Amino acid sequence: MFDLDRWQEILNAIKQNKFRSILTAFGVFWAIFMLVVMTGAGNGLINGVTSGFKDFATNSAFMWSNRTTVAYQGYDRGRWWSINNDDIESIRNEIKEIDVISPRLQGWNLREGQNVVRGEKAAAFNVMGDYPQYRKIDPCTMPWGRYINDEDIRERRKVCIIGENVYDVMFDEGEDPVGKYIRVNGVYFMVVGVFKSNNPNINIGSNKKETIYLPFTTMQQTFNYGDEVHFFGFTAKPGVNVQSVVDEIKPLIKKHHKIAPEDDEAIGGFNVQSELQTMEYTFLGINILIWVVGIGTLIAGAVGVSNIMLVIVKERTREIGVQRAIGAKPAVVVGQILTESVFLTTVAGFLGLAFGTMILQLVNVALTASQAQASEDEMTFFANPEVGLPLAIASLAMLILVGLFAGLIPALKAVRIKPIEALRHE
Amino acid sequence: MSKSIIKVDGLHKSYRMGNNALHVLKGIDLDIKAGEMVSIMGSSGSGKSTLLNILGILDNHDRGDYYLDNVKIERMNETKAARYRNNYIGFIFQSFNLISFKNAMENVALPLYYKNVSRKKRNMQALEYLDRLGLKEWANHLPSELSGGQKQRIAIARALISNPKVILADEPTGALDTQTSYEVMEILQEVNQMGITVIIVTHEDDIAHRTQRIIRLRDGLIERNEMNGKYQPVTTSEIFTTN
Ligand SMILES: Nc1ncnc2c1ncn2[C@@H]1O[C@H](COP(=O)(O)OP(=O)(O)OP(=O)(O)O)[C@@H](O)[C@H]1O
Ligand SMILES: [Mg+2]
Repeated sequence: MFDLDRWQEILNAIKQNKFRSILTAFGVFWAIFMLVVMTGAGNGLINGVTSGFKDFATNSAFMWSNRTTVAYQGYDRGRWWSINNDDIESIRNEIKEIDVISPRLQGWNLREGQNVVRGEKAAAFNVMGDYPQYRKIDPCTMPWGRYINDEDIRERRKVCIIGENVYDVMFDEGEDPVGKYIRVNGVYFMVVGVFKSNNPNINIGSNKKETIYLPFTTMQQTFNYGDEVHFFGFTAKPGVNVQSVVDEIKPLIKKHHKIAPEDDEAIGGFNVQSELQTMEYTFLGINILIWVVGIGTLIAGAVGVSNIMLVIVKERTREIGVQRAIGAKPAVVVGQILTESVFLTTVAGFLGLAFGTMILQLVNVALTASQAQASEDEMTFFANPEVGLPLAIASLAMLILVGLFAGLIPALKAVRIKPIEALRHE
Repeated sequence: MSKSIIKVDGLHKSYRMGNNALHVLKGIDLDIKAGEMVSIMGSSGSGKSTLLNILGILDNHDRGDYYLDNVKIERMNETKAARYRNNYIGFIFQSFNLISFKNAMENVALPLYYKNVSRKKRNMQALEYLDRLGLKEWANHLPSELSGGQKQRIAIARALISNPKVILADEPTGALDTQTSYEVMEILQEVNQMGITVIIVTHEDDIAHRTQRIIRLRDGLIERNEMNGKYQPVTTSEIFTTN
């Protein structure tokens, strides 16, 4: 029920202490403002980072060979070795927890000068050898054509799929590349598709947009890599811890290549699952920090409100006494103080919420504009800073609660005023 | 004789100040009949205000009995005390004690607000009382825009609006000049002639002589309690007789 007399009193109390009320309200305003902006910024960071790997297989890992660091079975330390097809075969056969395994070739030596040519057009691009399974680890869409398939692998077809930038450079806009030939390091390959990764921020070995994928077997043969595998990725079956699979693979490979079991350096790796976990903890840490700081500031604001309410109660002691003398029940006085306190915090907090959201919106607009201008390849670490409706509702509820708490002590003080003492108070 | 509205037996009151207590009321016996108009006099510090505050349930007594309209008043919680005050008693103070940010009408209506009377209804009643006291055209003015006499008349209207049985006035004319004091007293007499018991604390003899009975306090005891032979009822009671 709207009670005009109550609001008259509230507005009057605020009006009489205009400057002080504004200063105190600013405390609450600032707290909520900070909370909103910080949460928004935190979300922006999280969104920015995670949008780079939307559907990259999180239960995956990559492994590769390094020089040995321990002498073993007559071999010196510092020996070069390489993972090979047999390793992949035995891993595939022996380790049941693996879902897919995808060996890869990385043509470091192929990118030199303008290694890719098509008619008049020539440019430098990376070349990689891949299995169809790789798409399970790093999903992509195909704006043109198809992905590498099993036939390509089996028959060592001279086909390729190309990244977006390769298409842009080697083909005219809108031109259908499927069935066209490009020359890669002197060998002609037929383009069968253009791929566009869903996870442009994860680049292992090369920038995917500027890469040409050949069938793994074709590349091994054509460019004389023998049975070498430069590195491989795999996904664990659902529910299996990726690290445990890594721990199974390592001894197997070490045995094949006479590497000391205790040589931890000889096999390099990147466990996506555990990296993500670390990142999640970091995000959690950021969020906790935001809330600790935000709530701390809010408490400081609440203390401010509580303080001004105490002052108001003190200044109105006589008035409260008169009201009590002419029949105001204690509950009326308490209600008055609490309403006032809740009003002050909620209005201030609401302004903070609105202002904070506005700032985030502005940042968002600026961000979108700058992204539109920035070159395509630039990684974004900050995207779409936002606070959700739940946070807004939660903070409003929190404000009402804070207002109640802030008003509690002053209200109790106000009812403890005996009318007789208040009337004597001159 | 009509029935007692206020009956006090052996009333004691001390104020505790640190280690020693100040014994202010030392055994007051008092019997005020419904419809009486009584003044309480005495030198400064004799305990007049203390007594009045106890009668108004603004303060507690230590010993003795106090019956208000035959109900024994004992220590009670504030909510109950507020209800008694609202239903039985109207206060008038020396310093008016109007709420500064409320206009005349809202000030008068305030006791009804605490009785949950709707805004429209209580403002209408307030206007009616202001009209009877000749202040209708001041209804929308703030207290700061009014003279002392006007303020006290508004305070009287505020005391009357909740239909109290007793009006307690602590030096109601203490801040007013002689002429205005007499006007206020005339109003209080008319209020009394409506049947409301009026108790006035005053320092001034000529004010006291406008009441039916004068009680003199001295050092916390009643020194004298006598009917006022010179009392003259007001005859021009056109203000409240219709009520
Ligand atoms: N709350 C209190 N605490 C301590 N002493 C008090 C308190 N209230 C009143 N007194 C003391 O009690 C005595 C009586 O006070 P009271 O106000 O009743 O006097 P009074 O007769 O109304 O005087 P005056 O004519 O000056 O108004 C005084 O000595 C006063 O100092
Ligand atoms: Mg006094």
